[in-house]
Amino acid sequence: MLALFGALFGAAQASAAPEISHFTLTNGLEVVVVPDHRAPVVTHMIWYKVGAADETLGKSGLAHFLEHLMFKGTEKNPGAAFSRDVADIGGQENAFTTSDYTAFFQRVPREHLKAMMALEADRITGLVLTDEVVKPELNVVLEEQNMRVANNPGARLGEQMDAALYLNHPYGRPVIGWRHEIEKLDRDQALAFYRRFYTPNNAIVVVAGDVTAEEVKADAEETYGKVPVRTQIAARERPMEPVQEAPRTVTLADSRVEQPSMTRNYLVPSETTAKPGESEALEVLAHVLGAGQDCRLYRALVDGKAIALSTGAYYSGTALDYGKFGVYGTPKQGVSLHQIEEGVDAVLGEVVQHGITPDELDRAKSRLVADAVYAEDNQATLARWYGAALATGQTVDKVRGWPDRIHAVTAEAVQQAARTWLDRRQSVTGYLVKSLQPEESHS
Amino acid sequence: MSMIASVSFRSAIRRAAIALALPGALLAITPSADATTIERVVSDSGVEAWLVHEPALPLIAVDFAFKGGAVQDPAGKSGTAYLAASLLDDGAGDLDFRAYHDRLERKAIELSFSADRDTLRGAMRTLTENRDEAFDLLRMALTSARFDAANVELNRAQILSQLRRQTTSPGDIANRRWWETAFQGHPYGRAVNGSLETVPNISIDDLKAYTHRVLARSNLKLAVVGDIDAATLKQLLDHVFGALPRDPELTPVENVVPQGLGKRVMVNLDVPQAVVDFGGPGIPRKDPDFMAAYIVNHILGGGSADSRLYHEVREKRGLVYSVADSLVWLDHTALFLGGTATRAERTGETVDLIEKEIHRLAEGGPTDAELTEAKNYLNSSFVLNLDTSTKIASMLVQLQLDNLGTDYFSKRPAMIGAVTLDDAKRVAKRLLDNGMLVTVVGKPTGVASTTAN
Repeated sequence: MLALFGALFGAAQASAAPEISHFTLTNGLEVVVVPDHRAPVVTHMIWYKVGAADETLGKSGLAHFLEHLMFKGTEKNPGAAFSRDVADIGGQENAFTTSDYTAFFQRVPREHLKAMMALEADRITGLVLTDEVVKPELNVVLEEQNMRVANNPGARLGEQMDAALYLNHPYGRPVIGWRHEIEKLDRDQALAFYRRFYTPNNAIVVVAGDVTAEEVKADAEETYGKVPVRTQIAARERPMEPVQEAPRTVTLADSRVEQPSMTRNYLVPSETTAKPGESEALEVLAHVLGAGQDCRLYRALVDGKAIALSTGAYYSGTALDYGKFGVYGTPKQGVSLHQIEEGVDAVLGEVVQHGITPDELDRAKSRLVADAVYAEDNQATLARWYGAALATGQTVDKVRGWPDRIHAVTAEAVQQAARTWLDRRQSVTGYLVKSLQPEESHS
Repeated sequence: MSMIASVSFRSAIRRAAIALALPGALLAITPSADATTIERVVSDSGVEAWLVHEPALPLIAVDFAFKGGAVQDPAGKSGTAYLAASLLDDGAGDLDFRAYHDRLERKAIELSFSADRDTLRGAMRTLTENRDEAFDLLRMALTSARFDAANVELNRAQILSQLRRQTTSPGDIANRRWWETAFQGHPYGRAVNGSLETVPNISIDDLKAYTHRVLARSNLKLAVVGDIDAATLKQLLDHVFGALPRDPELTPVENVVPQGLGKRVMVNLDVPQAVVDFGGPGIPRKDPDFMAAYIVNHILGGGSADSRLYHEVREKRGLVYSVADSLVWLDHTALFLGGTATRAERTGETVDLIEKEIHRLAEGGPTDAELTEAKNYLNSSFVLNLDTSTKIASMLVQLQLDNLGTDYFSKRPAMIGAVTLDDAKRVAKRLLDNGMLVTVVGKPTGVASTTAN
């Protein structure tokens, strides 16, 4: 066993960005290999290009429910055999669902990679479901909804804000589903969804860790390569947004709210839909406005006017159809949400009008590029970057070129992005309050 | 490169470990590795660091702990260590808050401090090219933090806001009630972030006095991983830590065992899902039975989807989304502590089932197959915690806090292997047959409170 550790604690290796390999098997399954030889570990992920936004109306939560049911066994590996095998070798596993994709992963000692591939290949088409396992799992999902959403006023506001931000696109539905629809999901619906979307030609496998592209390719061909195409996949054309003309506001009141807050989300392009340079400019904009404790919002609202306890901005761009640009703030005691919102708007208005400084641009760039280096320290993070990007219509080259494109962002592009996309008409503002008293109401 | 926010996971079997911030969770999966490759670097002033030199990436991760966390908070001023930790990176020496953060941000240096019950903890990450600047900023934080009034008041207001939020958060209430019931009158009974009553009382002098007492060389445990060699590190150790006093001035803390065993404490809160914390006395880290207890706990409700609690409570009956427990070892007590959450009308059934499973394991012990599987898992999974610099650094600090040697990685498989079925049965009884303290927050049915709320 000790021989394995040479890789981690051994001699110096050249510093370089990892050499990514990318190939497609004859059945259409894509494979990405991200080498990291520091520890004898691999992260093995399979990403299906199906998520909550691909569900049929009225069946929200089905993609996520099926994700849970994927652990219920196949003909070849019945019951919990998969999970038991993972545990027997000291591996970790889990899965997650978003609006655009469903992913399953294992982290295991490197020598078990092929066994994981065989198990994962088997459940692309081999799932067996009985009511005996489906029904308790539905209750598990309902408890998950309780934990994540029903028990949490902030999460409930988030759901209402998404529903208001998207007038027509299914991103307006919660990934976990609306509770009244989750309650009606069943085995037949899950299997129908499975047969429609789970097929090798709709999947991407990402392997990151102590492996070479050659061995992964050979193993993939012997496992995944043997799974026949089950169905053809239609283009992912979701109902798109009309011209949005009216700013929306949403107020959620709950007696348990002890700290009010305001959040605004703007509808913006995703990394996939943006024009060249646009999503990178939004990334820099979010950083200059609202990352850390030395950004514009923090300086203005927390440090300067001292009206907020916290504030920030973010750009969520890894999505097929739309990205989201958000700003938020929490007031100090005695300060109203209205004052916070005015303060936030003043900061946004300043950037729209006068842009950002060269120094702010440089700082943001060095930080964002450093983040890419830090990410290389974590094979699971890298695997997620590549998987999420490919599952939302990007390419390996695009992910690799991200630091270069960040370098190329100009101050003018950032100001232009702010001008174009910080448009209240394409936004929803959410208020989290204790009660709908007149002074806290924003309707 | 951020992911779309709405992500839903199949399982969160680690909820307890995260929510309760268990120090033991760091080693929930313990490693094994070649002992000879951890270098002990000792500087001229006697500062010791454990180093793993890994130049494959141009970055350095640093992790450290000073013994003396929230247990050192003065009476009536709980939250002192927590507030002090939040201020260490808010300006130091001639750099005020903004200037200090500007230096960090410009060089993408990540620096953070936190307090837990037993330690004041810090972590830093830097690109190799900014190494000297990063270590210098760390030196300033540790030796000349400013505690400017405006920053103290801001952080105090942020903590008070967090404390107010926690008064209506079922998970936080369940956790606080568990600790204050189990350790009434002992520093462990106080929440690390203090309370709405105590945090307003903490003065700047209290914060300075705390850091003055705790930041010293002889109670420091330090690990460095990444693109730095021993000779360079040795110089930096003296530069960063050399000016600290040799010894801390720590208030002695009594050893203690949890109280309230057999009690169920109910707190009414209008939420659809009741949150449950449960636990009892554990086995100290130094105890010869520790490894057997660790294995037994893994079988009961440890990290894998194979555990008895996960299987019986979630998989078979769909009562909960997550249920897990961990061993917790602190300097002055040891526990097993777990948590779950379920809908109101199933709460009684869920708590009864957990107690039944714990009783069943205490009485019958694990099966031979369970023991073998658990040993395999714990032996094979160690390496998963050695794949990032920050994970390795944090683990090396934990090993030092636990008084384990640099050879622990190579000795661990034999320690696990030596646990027999008889050991496991005996220790299951010793660990799990003491009764539990249970806290329940929500509006559950079918659970009788043993104490007035």
